[in-house]
Amino acid sequence: MSKIESGYIKRELPKNIGNVGLVLLVVGIILSILAYLTDPARAAFAYLTAFIFLICVGLGSLFLVTLEYAAGAVWSVPFRRISEFFASSVPYFILLVIPLFFSMHNLFTWMNPEVVARDKVLQGRMVYLNVPFFVVRDTVIFLIWWLFYALLIKNSRKQDISADQNLTSRNIKLSMAFIPIFAFTISIISFDWMMSMTPKWFSTIFGVYLFAGSTWVALAVLTLVAVLLTENGYLSPKVKRDHYYSLGTLMLAFTVFWAYIAFAQYMLQWYGNLPEEIIYFIHRWAGGWKYVSLTLVIVHFIVPFLILLPRSSKTNPKILVFVSIWIIAAQYLDSYWLVMPDMVNNGFIYSFSWIDISFPIAVVGLVIVLFNSMVKKYNLIPLGDPKLQRSFDFQL
Amino acid sequence: MPDKKLFGVTALFDSPDGILNAAKKIKEDGYKKYDFNTPYPIHGMDDVISSKPSKLGYITLFFGFSAAAFILSFMWWTLAISYPLVIGGKPYFPLPAFVPITFEFTVLLAVLSTVFGMIAVAFNLPYNSHPLLDTEYMRNVTSDKYGAVIEASDPQFEENKVKEYLKSLGGKSIELIYEPEELKLKVFEPRFLVFLTIVAVLSSAVTYISLNKLMYLPPFDFMLNQKKGSAQEESSFFADKHEMRKPPVGTVARGFLPYEFLGVADTNQFYGNPLLPTKKVLALGQEKFLTFCSPCHGNYGDGSSRLMGQFPPGPTLHSATVIGYSDGKIYNIITNGQNVMPSYAYQITREQRWAIINYIRVLQRSGNPKPSDFTAINKTDKESGNVQN
Repeated sequence: MSKIESGYIKRELPKNIGNVGLVLLVVGIILSILAYLTDPARAAFAYLTAFIFLICVGLGSLFLVTLEYAAGAVWSVPFRRISEFFASSVPYFILLVIPLFFSMHNLFTWMNPEVVARDKVLQGRMVYLNVPFFVVRDTVIFLIWWLFYALLIKNSRKQDISADQNLTSRNIKLSMAFIPIFAFTISIISFDWMMSMTPKWFSTIFGVYLFAGSTWVALAVLTLVAVLLTENGYLSPKVKRDHYYSLGTLMLAFTVFWAYIAFAQYMLQWYGNLPEEIIYFIHRWAGGWKYVSLTLVIVHFIVPFLILLPRSSKTNPKILVFVSIWIIAAQYLDSYWLVMPDMVNNGFIYSFSWIDISFPIAVVGLVIVLFNSMVKKYNLIPLGDPKLQRSFDFQL
Repeated sequence: MPDKKLFGVTALFDSPDGILNAAKKIKEDGYKKYDFNTPYPIHGMDDVISSKPSKLGYITLFFGFSAAAFILSFMWWTLAISYPLVIGGKPYFPLPAFVPITFEFTVLLAVLSTVFGMIAVAFNLPYNSHPLLDTEYMRNVTSDKYGAVIEASDPQFEENKVKEYLKSLGGKSIELIYEPEELKLKVFEPRFLVFLTIVAVLSSAVTYISLNKLMYLPPFDFMLNQKKGSAQEESSFFADKHEMRKPPVGTVARGFLPYEFLGVADTNQFYGNPLLPTKKVLALGQEKFLTFCSPCHGNYGDGSSRLMGQFPPGPTLHSATVIGYSDGKIYNIITNGQNVMPSYAYQITREQRWAIINYIRVLQRSGNPKPSDFTAINKTDKESGNVQN
């Protein structure tokens, strides 16, 4: 088998990127520990916000990898490693969730026996919402994700040396198995950690809502890094505007998809106006949350939609970098909007606090540090992938 | 052939590489009006001819926005202005409910305008066909050949030179393409217009007869003549024998608030009058006072009844007791009645009651004026110029 001329030369990223990541991570962890010491309840909510965001980035990236295999996508092959590196946080979920398990009494009203004793509906839901079942099923889900991540990545890395095509077909089978499991588990995670904070509220589309956001932000981090690496010559010079265009189109598609799902959820509950359903949106309309909700509509949908709509902006590296950073921030706002207004269910009063900033710093630091260490160890392009040459030839 | 306008010269090539090379050459040699037709998209062609992005997107954008604006204002006008209807207890202009319709209509019009715009551009309306269609050239390039055409509108165009030029590039079966000869629009032919009129008249007649006549042959009937119960009739259907249904217990009408002080023994403790004594409120209070209160209490509230003893005269409102009443107490009396005074809850609305109370306070003040009131009156009189004394 002839070697493919990818033009890729393995290089380490500039030293300051690793250093910045490390500083952010250390500062974030110190601030987070301080937060837990000063106000454990507030810190639990802020931590959950950041944790959900990290799941969106990590799991969304893993989903993109499997999507490429399952759909037989060709153009995205040079970018697959970047998504794989971003998915490298998946094995750490099981560790990172432990502090949340210990602060569940602050997060969930259904942990309070007095509240449950007063409420017949909640008593019925205790079949599902009880601590042992909750902890076991979430642990199992994180382990399943870890398993799929480990298997997929192992095959992908082996291929760099062996260039064995059977590894690709094995990964296709794994991806086919992962995608339905992913759909099911991300719904469970969203129901458990976010929907159950308003224990009587229910929305069957909620898992899809989180899925839309997570794929969106995974595409954004991929685009950001892919464009920056290509423009600075770290990736193959054969990556063209056509590849950029495809990334931009996918981001535009998921911008609209998120808006569609979010609006479908909102409109049905607004129309039905049933007390147990509408309470979720009343909490997100009370006081200053009204402005956050409206900002979310503008920031999460209208602005990225209008920026990404023209064809020219999808091939412009500067605009792509800008809109990716915008999307990452918007997704964090979405995560914040999902978690924070529910503080009121537990009798806490919300006000903005420094604690809200400490956890995202740690998450950004963690993602950078993990990515940097991955770049040091592995190739940025899957050199042994049988689809690589075709992906360089890709044209719109 | 006389009077036939030349559209262009075409040539066929056997391979994608051949057409790519030809395209590069044609562009390098400075031709401006040319086109290439291939059975499938050829990679690299876009880079070679670097065609400008199509303007079609702007048509789509314009019609999309127009559709959204039109349908939103249409729904606003019909459902909130022209015929306001309460639907599901929502506001007259419930934006979330209108979003799906706006979305659908935007997409519909954007898509239709794109399709028609594309047809208009490709067919070069009012022509109903492109000159290249239905030629030997088109038959070839839609099966297995790769074609190039240089149009006659090109500034460098010379028939024989271009023929030789295309041959020199390796082109085969050089063909001359002429504009379609007769392009008279057939829409305005008398025969067609007559046909159109007949179709219009016939379809209107059929629609009218089927909707207005056939639909009402027995057993169908106009709604006016259909069997139905009317409001005050005895019902043979409902158990309580009322044809008119009553709202469920506890129903509250829109914009109506039930009596606030129900079951409160000492209404004197309620002071709050929700209305401020503004000019408008006092005018309303005066109007309603003269209508409902003055027959018994007198035009100035001094107990000089206008009923000449047909009914026991009402007490004066200037007594220390009444002045001592709180607004809430007077409100309670108007609403529920007192002694021989009946309840006015059904004649006077809540707002009017509070306005009347404001007006009664004005009457009471005029009966027991303070010295400051006189100076104030003199001041306004001087300003308005009608000093009497």
